[in-house]
Amino acid sequence: MIALGILLVLVLLLVVFGLLFRIQILTSIFSGSSAREIGTSNRVNAILFIIFMIVGGAAFAYSFIENYGKMNPPIASVHGFEMERLFWTTMIIIGIVFVLTHILLFVYSYKYQHKEGRRAYFFPHNNKIEIIWTVIPAIVMAGLVFAGWKEWTKITGPAPKDSVVLEVMGKQFNWLVRYPGRDQKLGVVNYRLIDATNEFGFDLSDKSGLDDFVAGEIHVPKGHPVLLKIRSRDVLHAVYMPHFRVQMYAVPGMPTKFWFTPTKTTDEMRAQLGNPKFNYELACNQICGRGHFAMKLNIVVDEPDDYVAWFAQQKSFSEQNPDVLANFQQKSDKLVEKENASAAAAVVTQAAKASL
Amino acid sequence: MAANLPTHSQVQGGIGVTEPSTTHHDEHLHHDEHHDQHWLFKYVFSQDHKVIAKQFLITGIFWAIIGGTLSSLFRLQLGWPESTFEWLSPFLGKWIEAGKLNPEFYLALVTMHGTIMVFFVLTAGLSGTFSNFLIPLQIGARDMASGFMNMLSYWFFFLSSIIMFTSLFIETGPAAAGWTIYPPLSALPQAIPGSGLGMTLWLVSMALFIVSQLLGGVNYITTVINLRTRGMSMSKLPLTIWAFFLTAVLGLLSFPVLFSAALLLIFDRSFGTSFFLSDIYIAGQALNHQGGSPILFQHLFWFLGHPEVYIVIMPAMGMVSEILATNSRKPIFGYRAMIGSLLGISLLSFVVWAHHMFVTGMNPFLGSVFMFLTLIIAVPSAVKTFNWLATLWRGNIRFTTAMLFSIGFVSLFISGGLTGIILGNAAIDIQMHNTYFVVAHFHLVMGSSAFFGLFAGVYHWFPKMFGRMLDEKLGYIHFWLTFIGVYLVFMPMHYVGIAGFPRRYYAWTGFDSFSQFADLNKFISAAAILAFFGQFIFIFNFFYSIFRGRRATENPWNSTTLEWTTPVLPGHGNWPGEIPAVYRWPYDYSKPGAAEDFIPQNVPYSQTQSSNLPYERDTEE
Repeated sequence: MIALGILLVLVLLLVVFGLLFRIQILTSIFSGSSAREIGTSNRVNAILFIIFMIVGGAAFAYSFIENYGKMNPPIASVHGFEMERLFWTTMIIIGIVFVLTHILLFVYSYKYQHKEGRRAYFFPHNNKIEIIWTVIPAIVMAGLVFAGWKEWTKITGPAPKDSVVLEVMGKQFNWLVRYPGRDQKLGVVNYRLIDATNEFGFDLSDKSGLDDFVAGEIHVPKGHPVLLKIRSRDVLHAVYMPHFRVQMYAVPGMPTKFWFTPTKTTDEMRAQLGNPKFNYELACNQICGRGHFAMKLNIVVDEPDDYVAWFAQQKSFSEQNPDVLANFQQKSDKLVEKENASAAAAVVTQAAKASL
Repeated sequence: MAANLPTHSQVQGGIGVTEPSTTHHDEHLHHDEHHDQHWLFKYVFSQDHKVIAKQFLITGIFWAIIGGTLSSLFRLQLGWPESTFEWLSPFLGKWIEAGKLNPEFYLALVTMHGTIMVFFVLTAGLSGTFSNFLIPLQIGARDMASGFMNMLSYWFFFLSSIIMFTSLFIETGPAAAGWTIYPPLSALPQAIPGSGLGMTLWLVSMALFIVSQLLGGVNYITTVINLRTRGMSMSKLPLTIWAFFLTAVLGLLSFPVLFSAALLLIFDRSFGTSFFLSDIYIAGQALNHQGGSPILFQHLFWFLGHPEVYIVIMPAMGMVSEILATNSRKPIFGYRAMIGSLLGISLLSFVVWAHHMFVTGMNPFLGSVFMFLTLIIAVPSAVKTFNWLATLWRGNIRFTTAMLFSIGFVSLFISGGLTGIILGNAAIDIQMHNTYFVVAHFHLVMGSSAFFGLFAGVYHWFPKMFGRMLDEKLGYIHFWLTFIGVYLVFMPMHYVGIAGFPRRYYAWTGFDSFSQFADLNKFISAAAILAFFGQFIFIFNFFYSIFRGRRATENPWNSTTLEWTTPVLPGHGNWPGEIPAVYRWPYDYSKPGAAEDFIPQNVPYSQTQSSNLPYERDTEE
């Protein structure tokens, strides 16, 4: 019933609108204003452009300043500060161009509105001016490219040797985390070995995987370079850590990586923001299906000592899943003889080569 | 005013006495002498470029309404993520689950909104309409080089539209992997139901769409190269034609690459190949695909995808240049520089595609190269902007609705273009990639401003299309509502983006990092929905004026280009008599010494002795 009422009101409104429109046309024909080529509307529009510039500009400036505090995620990585500087420097440059060009656009529109009897200035081209406004943007761009390129090569350059290494794997719809254990080497994984318990697809016949452990959240030490190795096991995902200014796709079949150095522990950030519940978060930033918007993982930045303590407490995957390990051992026992045989063959060949 | 108009049949009948300019036209003319065509061939399966243009335009308007409606739906969800939308279930059926929008359907809405707006509205609707309508009229040709191919181009588009439209209503929902359809998500129905039949229909529809684009493009290029009237050298072409011509070249060179990407994706989906798939474990099963690369798809996609944004924006640039000059009563400033920058943009648009892929794991060195090339493309864009501003300077501006939209275009192009400098910088893009900053950027620079170009074009050439004028007052209301609305939507969206909000999120409520700005998102949604409803003013104006608008005169804007030398409603063949020859460039506005403030292109220098510049004299053979 209410729906019918609303529909009726809408239809009536449309009829009223139509009638008003018709009346307006008829009056403008009657008054002769429709026959005039340039009417008062020309002046009205010119003034509206100026009003738009002033009111719109003020509203933009006000809302920008009002929201400025909320729009910057607090920075917690070394390169984050550099990136932030680059971002706001560029923003200031484009901000200046934005304001100047818009003032010209709207002021010209107002100032050079049609006036009876005036003739426009015939000014088809001027090569000197063209060159000036080709060269100046080119120089500014060159500066920005150079600054960006320097930063980009630094960020994407090789990770320091002493980096803490960990692996993040995306799946629909959460993140899995793996640490290399005491040997600092991530073991071999194979997507064909994935099942409900072996979510990573550990190939435990590889010895370096035996001490690898999986974790429910990411722990990293403050002040140490961290190298993220990134994988996906189904569709594209993207590791996005806004506070660390980190982003990299997770691609099935193509491991990717990103390294960064955290600068503030979770506790320090909580104190800084006055928010005891604050957590660093990892979000998925590449459309991946139904649960894309909820694909979250917490990141904890510890003091180095706390990190070491946490690391020491972790139990390896193979220790926690003895049956998976046993499975691999059975398989590898069968293979041992074969391997021994081929290894022996290799020794023989080498010996033969050496004797040459 | 309307008294002395030649009637439709007079216009067509007159063609018989015309001196044909090419043998091809001979056929046309011969055909037209018995012009009592069946209505089916006159209005539906027409080979007249003007009818085809209108078909593209009206189909484009239909798609724009659909695309806009979809965006209103997902903006409802983003503005009011905690609300229930039970009242939508009569329209959306099972996609409303217990009052909540289904998250997979949300992704489908986003995907289809993008696909529809980019391809069906701004490529087919914009370029299809105006390239078809203006190329023959402005270069002085009786029709396109091949009217038949032109007709096919529309009907392939129509077929493609039908298939895409059908996909909105199927059981598993339309394609939902984003308009960029990145595999593996788009390849695996196990990953998202939209990648089943919905994706198949998407691919088939796009394949047909590409065929339509290629048929159109070949035709536009051939027509511009071969069918220009006497005296119409390339250096006398209006900037609209230069823009359409280069757009067609871009389309012709890049759409086939999308076709190949789609084809390989079809292979991966249906025939078990592994072009884009590798090492996948999904839904409890390890797939056999190995050795493919999802990144390869992205290279192929963006090899089209990036020129595509210029395919969308360049026709708008051309039309805006024309409209700004006409209504400032001034020559476009730096005609040659404008052509040069169009050429520069066209060339560079092919070598910047991977700036969409800085953080995909692509080699960082490649990233450096693409950053360099991307920031170079800002230079010709800047030159264009300055030239437009210089065109307004010391003009005598008439604010027709088309002029308002053109000024709006310049404003939006600046606002959206400048943030491209941020995103093109690989180091900053690490943080900004796939956030709402990107969404705000491209909606301003290629979405809204291309729409403004489209509106400007419709308001400006409506008199030539339908022989009547659009209502100016409604046009003013439409413009101001849209101009303010667009800024209210997309300016605040930058703030949301700088804060790092990811795009294509059903809700941000799960993250503390993205919990601020709930109010701002409500505001954006409200503004977007209002601005969308504002467009119905235009739609009313459009259809009302076709039938009851004020009658137009031959040259209502006192413009110089050839289309305004045709009768109010040009028939098939465009000019009843001989095609006018061209003697001068298209921007002789307010020339010192001239009697009027415009001299049409077909007026020889010998008739304008008082205004000729020293080097200007007729070089008639």
